[in-house]
Amino acid sequence: MEQKNQPLLEIRDLSVSFRMYDHGLEQTDLKVISHLHLTVFPGEIVAIAGSSGSGKSLLASAILGILPRNATLRGHMRYRGEALTPQRQKQLRGTELALVPQSVAYFDPLMKVGAQADGHRRPKPTERRRQLFSRFGLPDKTEQLYPYQLSGGMARRILVSTALLPGAQLILADEPTPGMSLDQALEALRMFREMADAGKAVILITHDIDLAFEFADRVAVFYAGTTVEIAPASDFKAGPDALRHPYSKALWHALPQNGFQPIEGFQPYAGNLPQGCLFAPRCPCKTAECESKIPPIRKIRGGEVRCYHGT
Amino acid sequence: MALEAKQVFFRYGNRQPWILKDCSLAFEKGECLAVFAPSGYGKTTLAMLLAGYLQPVKGEILLEGSPLPKSGVCPVQLICQHPEKAINPRWRLQRVLEESGNLRDDVLDAFGIEKAWLSRFPRELSGGELQRFCVARALMSGADYLICDEISTMLDVITQAQIWRVVLKEAQKRHMGILAVTHNRRLAQKIATRVLDLTASNGADAPLPASSPLAL
Repeated sequence: MEQKNQPLLEIRDLSVSFRMYDHGLEQTDLKVISHLHLTVFPGEIVAIAGSSGSGKSLLASAILGILPRNATLRGHMRYRGEALTPQRQKQLRGTELALVPQSVAYFDPLMKVGAQADGHRRPKPTERRRQLFSRFGLPDKTEQLYPYQLSGGMARRILVSTALLPGAQLILADEPTPGMSLDQALEALRMFREMADAGKAVILITHDIDLAFEFADRVAVFYAGTTVEIAPASDFKAGPDALRHPYSKALWHALPQNGFQPIEGFQPYAGNLPQGCLFAPRCPCKTAECESKIPPIRKIRGGEVRCYHGT
Repeated sequence: MALEAKQVFFRYGNRQPWILKDCSLAFEKGECLAVFAPSGYGKTTLAMLLAGYLQPVKGEILLEGSPLPKSGVCPVQLICQHPEKAINPRWRLQRVLEESGNLRDDVLDAFGIEKAWLSRFPRELSGGELQRFCVARALMSGADYLICDEISTMLDVITQAQIWRVVLKEAQKRHMGILAVTHNRRLAQKIATRVLDLTASNGADAPLPASSPLAL
């Protein structure tokens, strides 16, 4: 991991909130991401793991500038050292920044997938696209199919190929692997790894965390709209004792191969967050301090953790 | 007492290639069958056939020896792979749940469904949150058989473990049959009583990987 060069993407103190109707014409702000920090260096894959609904996909939308209209964004985002303004996002997305969308509903339902992957680029990248399709084991005639004719796994593979096509500097892959069989998922991750090794970077949002640990350099764990831990992937492979935050440990224990044991309770709803540490209501080692104020980020053993008791 | 597919053939249109050819399988109440096959093999099609969303071109789907009922709540319920496409986008979530019966607090609590979510529209929730609604509404309908088409790939591992525990507990209590389509062999080891690889010699049982299913 090249720490010494300039970060490709730097996010500091990012918050995203949604304005929505509560009663009648009364509006409320619902804060879904708060105080989020994340830095991505060229040459690395940063995996984002964490609870569903913790704002992982919103982060991708925020970086690309495609949040819905009722969203408000605060904080600082810098790409290659320069502020990431809406104009710059518009320029960069689709060329330097590429997205693998989470939902297969992102396809245009009335367009054949081959033409859709090529997009408006001229000259058409058809050759390269065919190479990518065949590397993913998609049969030649796939490009002539409409999205409704695809299986879930095929759709995912096409979404990944589409994002790899422009040769972007930073790929935001939002759950690229569900529906793929194990070898296809491994192939997709191998391609991300090759990209990263060529000096580009990947933000890999995933629930297949056991796969992510194998390919990523660092793992950021999200909970209720903020990062609770950022650690080298090797710590996650090493097991719960190498991890710093109780939520990361809980994730590890819930993997089918590690006991399949979930912790009690659920992530708090964005409109009803606890006052102190967001994880405190479910935490086995909480104290009075945890319940009164949000812990700051601390650096421990080459990782960052947002917990008073992390070791 | 079983749900079975008997020599089922299926294709989407007369000129299309066959998706499923002479596919047979059966599973009984009280068992959890995990089904494997490569992507694009026709697992989702098979799931839709078993739940009565599609009719086989040849062959039949039998529920305890007779075809699926044509009216009323289907005793075989399907939970889809993409929750965002399985929920009416113009209904508030309360209406989505109430379609399958009265709200049951025990089910809402078991899935961690917040009361505040009930008045929201589907696009305002995340994929994982929506999937909990899909599972809850399938369980509330009082079905005898559940077809789970990769229901937990959208979920974080803690929620995955929570949801499967609720589903298996409910299944045990009501003696339901479950067919789970998945790519995750480690998950299958934990939840299934039997594993079937559709590519292996026309649906012969594959040996269950060395691990016992989850004891509740």
